[in-house]
Amino acid sequence: MPTIVVDVMPKAELLDPQGKAVAGALARTGHAGFASVRIGKRFELTVDGPVDDALRANVQQIAEEILSNSVIEDVVNIDFGDESPEA
Amino acid sequence: MRIGVITFPGSLDDRDAQRAVRLAGAEPVALWHGSHDLEGVDALILPGGFSYGDYLRCGAIASLSPIMTEVVSAANAGMPVLGICNGFQMLTEAHLLEGGLIRNDHGSFICRDQVLTVENTSTDWTSGFDAGQQITIPLKNGEGGFIADADTLDRLEGEGRVVFRYVDVNPNGSMRDIAGITNARGNVVGLMPHPEHAVEPGFGPDTAAAMRSGIDGLAFFTSVIKTSLVEA
Repeated sequence: MPTIVVDVMPKAELLDPQGKAVAGALARTGHAGFASVRIGKRFELTVDGPVDDALRANVQQIAEEILSNSVIEDVVNIDFGDESPEA
Repeated sequence: MRIGVITFPGSLDDRDAQRAVRLAGAEPVALWHGSHDLEGVDALILPGGFSYGDYLRCGAIASLSPIMTEVVSAANAGMPVLGICNGFQMLTEAHLLEGGLIRNDHGSFICRDQVLTVENTSTDWTSGFDAGQQITIPLKNGEGGFIADADTLDRLEGEGRVVFRYVDVNPNGSMRDIAGITNARGNVVGLMPHPEHAVEPGFGPDTAAAMRSGIDGLAFFTSVIKTSLVEA
């Protein structure tokens, strides 16, 4: 069954406290050289039918309206699992 | 007056909000997230808690509940709606209020008695306060950092829609110390601190007068009762 992957990241200009905490842990454990860490989300949507244009449009809408909140996050990538242009 | 308090899966302070409504002199009505029936209430409270375990984003899944369709319609028609903590997060996710709430900038959950300034006393939920009055009510959140883009922040401030601001301490990294806002009409108010936990002597924040004697939250609920009497 095809799987569509949606990647969501906190907006670049906003503080990412989770990423900041991980960056602190890396520094404390001797892993130098990382200027920052940012944590996002990956959604895997498994579909039970073909990935057609209607489904693509639907996924685009879901990604923008439900999987992300445009006030605080950006949808950075949608991978439909084929060679088609990505969002 | 009948004030509905909606319970979502993971709501924690629904009973406290019902109690606050009762102490203020109105009748609390327990409403359920899965219903489309507001049972004829005159105002609504979305309580604090961790609906759906904060999955996806705080308040996000609750904002898609069946009853939220009715909440949005009622709010747009002018019904008073108060969102406390997780309820505030739901109101932003439902686009009834601007901005969003993100994890506290210091990364930790925080629980403290918080001083606020009441900057807007023309909303349905704050008319009983004096302009500029300082109040103390409990704050308890992990994701209470209010954010919005600069244009939105300027607009909220320019239109007097910042209702509450943190005093002395910004407990969660909220932009411009914003603790709560309202919509243009003044019927929808959302804030992170908890007025329903400061409504009965003996169970509120400490004051200079006596331990746990703070009841600064009560005026939220008496304000909306007074509003309904004026409009009736």
